[in-house]
Amino acid sequence: MDFSILTDQFASLTFDGIALGFIYVLIALGYTMVYGVLRLINFANSEVFMLGSFTTILVATKLFHHTIESDPLTGFKLVYTMLAMLIGSMIVSGVVSVLIEIVAYRRLRARTSNRLTSLISAIGVSIVLSEAVRMATSSAPMGSPRLLDKITLVTIWGADIRVDTLLVIVFAIILLITLDLFVNKTRLGKGIRAVSMDYDTSRLMGINLNKIISTTFLIGGLGTGAAAFFYITVYEMTRFSIGFELGLAAFTAAVLGGIGNIRGAFAGGIALGLIEMYASAVLGTQWRSITAFVILILVLLFKPNGIFGESLQQARV
Amino acid sequence: MSFNLRDWGANLWANANKWQRYVIAGFIVVGAFSLPLLEGTFFNTPSTPFVSVLFYPIGVYVLMALGLNVVVGKSGLLDLGYVAFYAVGAYTAGILSMHTKLNTWEILPIGIALAMLSGLVLGAAVLRLRGDYLAIVTLGFGEIIRITALNTKSVGGANGITNIPNPPTTLGFKFDLDHPRNYYWAVLILIMITILIVRALSIRRPGRAWEAIRQDEDVAELMGVNTYKYKLWAFIFGASVGGAGGVLFASKAMFIAPNIFTYNISILILAFVVFGGMGNIWGVVFGAVVLSYIPEKIRFISNARMLLFGLVLIIMMNLRPDGLLPRKKREKIGVAGGKSK
Repeated sequence: MDFSILTDQFASLTFDGIALGFIYVLIALGYTMVYGVLRLINFANSEVFMLGSFTTILVATKLFHHTIESDPLTGFKLVYTMLAMLIGSMIVSGVVSVLIEIVAYRRLRARTSNRLTSLISAIGVSIVLSEAVRMATSSAPMGSPRLLDKITLVTIWGADIRVDTLLVIVFAIILLITLDLFVNKTRLGKGIRAVSMDYDTSRLMGINLNKIISTTFLIGGLGTGAAAFFYITVYEMTRFSIGFELGLAAFTAAVLGGIGNIRGAFAGGIALGLIEMYASAVLGTQWRSITAFVILILVLLFKPNGIFGESLQQARV
Repeated sequence: MSFNLRDWGANLWANANKWQRYVIAGFIVVGAFSLPLLEGTFFNTPSTPFVSVLFYPIGVYVLMALGLNVVVGKSGLLDLGYVAFYAVGAYTAGILSMHTKLNTWEILPIGIALAMLSGLVLGAAVLRLRGDYLAIVTLGFGEIIRITALNTKSVGGANGITNIPNPPTTLGFKFDLDHPRNYYWAVLILIMITILIVRALSIRRPGRAWEAIRQDEDVAELMGVNTYKYKLWAFIFGASVGGAGGVLFASKAMFIAPNIFTYNISILILAFVVFGGMGNIWGVVFGAVVLSYIPEKIRFISNARMLLFGLVLIIMMNLRPDGLLPRKKREKIGVAGGKSK
């Protein structure tokens, strides 16, 4: 235990923790929204993240022919390259997420209400995707070219505010506000809220369930895809097991904030990002990956509905 | 399907008298013990001697699948961290053989006891949770055990523990590299004991309680079943079998390291249970034998085996959620009406 690192670098750890937290928040959307409407842990969402991270890098290397040795870009070229990476990752992740629902969950939903069955199917999808990528990449990690020169903008209380982490925070906030407006102000968003409130009654009221559910998976996938882009921008590396490593932490974030609750996922994600950063400073980075699990167990034991309570509207009876 | 192997087997057993049952059971036992005779035939595996394959992966995985079956198949509790108990058993064998002079057979009960204890601790904490949370918490527990072993210097860290002794010569049976057959027989005896215990429990109060919990936990609780207690017992029983598998594995492999005990093992065992038929002993044995043998026999599948098992999970859940050999029809009455929540 070494608390000196924590006190010395408190501001910089906090800043990094918040950036990591926003990545968790965006991945957590894929869990929390689906859980909201279907009461199902969307296990395969972690692999959606993994595919998004590979897409981000492949857009840069295959479409724009950047290599690890390339110089960072500037000006207009930088903007459209990074936008292409972001949009590419979001589209692939969104489409994969919708396809997963159709292939792995839709049939089961029509036939049985046994949650174990859907859950096992979801685990199957997750394994298939990560194994397919493991074999395609021969387990090798894939590095990303550095397009954005990571200059320090300002230094606050000894913390270097780098341009990439600031970018993550700003864009994530924009995306989350858009999502919040979508869910609360639009007709489709109202449908999502209705289904998460009462699945059976909303069907009786004439809501097209399949459409709502596909939309939910699409939004979850888009958020997860954006998270993958931000992750690559900051950490510049991915591998086939990245979904397992980050996806489950993001799930923890969703549970921490109250699964099914979008604003809860926001609080949970930021909290988890900070806790992980502080914990790895005190205990050493080798313990970082189990911090999330320990927190998950503690939350479920003492406050199983999370900080903000479960569900978009109300927890089931 | 008009012909159902499960029902055919069940009827054969049900219609047999006492002596016919002894004959059937005798055939199964003798057949299982004489499997090493198939060495050198069509069943040979290309890169590992067939008799070694019979012990690991087949024997050890059949044993563990039987243990997980009680948790997932019989009680409907999705445990994604079953590898944790396997690791506890294996590390018990490793640590005790490092610091004491105990032999494998003396370590076995200690390994089982410690696995049960960890099952009790985990179960007591998490079994009050709803089913789908349970899956992810057990997964987390499996990772916690693995990463703790990885970061603990006194158990070798990433290098693991080497030079774990083989079991001593027992009743004239030698246990070393030249006698893989004896290992197979040892695990077979454990498998048979496990099957007998599971059968005995299934037809008595715990079995009925598990079945009730699996079908509808709330109703079971209302009908007076102490669901928490029986879920905990299912968990502990599963843990004990996983621990036994771990001790045996460590004493044969002589070497253990944290990277052996990954999440993939938990998924592997789950795939065996799901493939053969959740809740049905013979289905699970069949599933574990077939799915652990195929990657050994056909080498190019070996690298893709996790992919194969993932596909097995998706396909089985979508097409045949009860597995290839589903549980008896009699037990399924409640499921037919189980549409509503």
